[in-house]
Amino acid sequence: MDHSSSLEKILRSVAITLVLIFFLFPIAWIFLMSLQTNETILRIPPSLAFTPIIDNYTALITGQLRTAAGSLQLNFMQNMFNSVLLSVCSVALSLVLGVPAAYAFARFKFRLGEDIAFTLLSFRFAPALLVLLPLSLYFKTLGLTNTYIGLIWVYQLICLPLILWIVRGYFEDISPDIEHAYRIAGNSWWKTFTRISIPLAKPGIAAAGLLAFIFAWNNFVFALILASADKQPVTVGALAFVTASGIQYGQIAAAIIISITPTLALALYAQRYLVEGLSMGAVKG
Amino acid sequence: MTAAATEMQSPVKQSRFMRRALPYILSLPALLMCIGILIPFFTAVYYSMLRYRMNLPAMKGFIWFQNYINFFTDPKFWNTVYISLTYAFLTVSLELLLGLAIALLLQRPSRFNNIASILLLLPLMTAPALAALMWKLMTNPGFGVLSYLLSVIGIQDFKWASDPDTALFTVVLVDMWVYTPFIMILLLAGLRSLPKAPFEAAALDGVPRSFVFFRITLPMLMPYIITATLFRLLDSIQQFDIIYAMTQGGPGDKLLVFQVQAYLDFFQATNVGRSAALMIILWAITYALSNVFIKQWLKLRERAHGAH
Repeated sequence: MDHSSSLEKILRSVAITLVLIFFLFPIAWIFLMSLQTNETILRIPPSLAFTPIIDNYTALITGQLRTAAGSLQLNFMQNMFNSVLLSVCSVALSLVLGVPAAYAFARFKFRLGEDIAFTLLSFRFAPALLVLLPLSLYFKTLGLTNTYIGLIWVYQLICLPLILWIVRGYFEDISPDIEHAYRIAGNSWWKTFTRISIPLAKPGIAAAGLLAFIFAWNNFVFALILASADKQPVTVGALAFVTASGIQYGQIAAAIIISITPTLALALYAQRYLVEGLSMGAVKG
Repeated sequence: MTAAATEMQSPVKQSRFMRRALPYILSLPALLMCIGILIPFFTAVYYSMLRYRMNLPAMKGFIWFQNYINFFTDPKFWNTVYISLTYAFLTVSLELLLGLAIALLLQRPSRFNNIASILLLLPLMTAPALAALMWKLMTNPGFGVLSYLLSVIGIQDFKWASDPDTALFTVVLVDMWVYTPFIMILLLAGLRSLPKAPFEAAALDGVPRSFVFFRITLPMLMPYIITATLFRLLDSIQQFDIIYAMTQGGPGDKLLVFQVQAYLDFFQATNVGRSAALMIILWAITYALSNVFIKQWLKLRERAHGAH
């Protein structure tokens, strides 16, 4: 069906190459920056001829930064730990809360069901600051400011709607007949849910979980408002580097590379799940 | 707990109460979470009707819609509306055009095209705040590689985000870098799921390719385009991360979009009332948009399900 001429093929390849350069160059360039000293970064014109060093990474990992003015303490690894903790716990909590609810919305037509589902989804699209600004005042009263529990709770705003709606779509795809057959064989509702429904919806749960993890990891504004330095994830932590004195460009670049590696690795590892999840199950098949 | 409760009963003779309560029990935890979030929402509505400055606690008082009425004559407010709408319009339309073009380029599922589409996921998986930081390093006037490349082709002293004239261009570029792949992925999935028959028939009849594109591909792809556009529009009009990480709304008032302005009103001017009113207006816009979006999306989903 496709009678493309060789000229067209060449044009296509050129176009795809340009697209790939635009989208991949920044990541590659920042990676190269992270392997350089300030002296080689500041050279004009920029050059690819430099001896790669890993000092920027060791400085971030050990937390000891030696500068001309003396030694400087960095707690970037604390930011990294916070990111892991916040993302993992938020997704875990969201799955526990969201998967049963998604099942309820998919299987039962019940009063308020559609309203609850709709309200939860509309949170996905509400401006974050609308909730965050009053919440920051409440958190002060409740003593939740700058606590992991408080942050994990508000992270549900990101994870829960995502999980609810993607997993719901997958449950709807499973024929209820399989469940009925298992029930009639004398198994309880709970057993049917855990032994039949959940395993069948596994790809959807995986897609939703992965996506929720990435969104939680990449979130910036929640912790910017509700956490101070010791509880902040990498997104806020890396930004603070820009204004901190004594930190070199190579270290900022290394911090960025460390921060984006988990999500990029996940994306490459599980890209098929991600693509399905991103389209929220809308364009499956 | 639910396990123990239902385990007791034989499945067929499960009590009517249990059957009716089950969906509520299952969705209750998520619902409670939802209520927890509704409280700050209503607080924001209340705050938006207060004269409430944290630095002037004595002036605090209920003033009904005065904060909103003040907006009409407030040039700062209209600047926010103008910048936000411009930003949303530019990012979404450019991303749509570029995303569609890339999806068409990668449409045929060859090995190379698949690898390319996977690699294009990477910017989308980068945290927008960190993406802004990356571009900040690349556009640094002192050593930024992009500033250097521009000087090579004869454009000297291009100031990127620190020049009022090019700041918007710079953040739009970063937004495009992050989010174009999103539109590309959605449209690529859409393109690959289109039925083959109309295209084969058109090829047999020797129909010109521009005609095929405008009369067959585009109309059939339209539901996907609309879904992707609305989704991006909802996010883009609320953009905070990229702009805040890049310039904190500056230079001057050049990039004070809704959420950045509300953030500064709250934390710098400590004008809680104005900040809340601003957020309620943004919420009204996104709520209207999201209603349209969700309806459109459900329709698309029904179609996708019906096709199987």
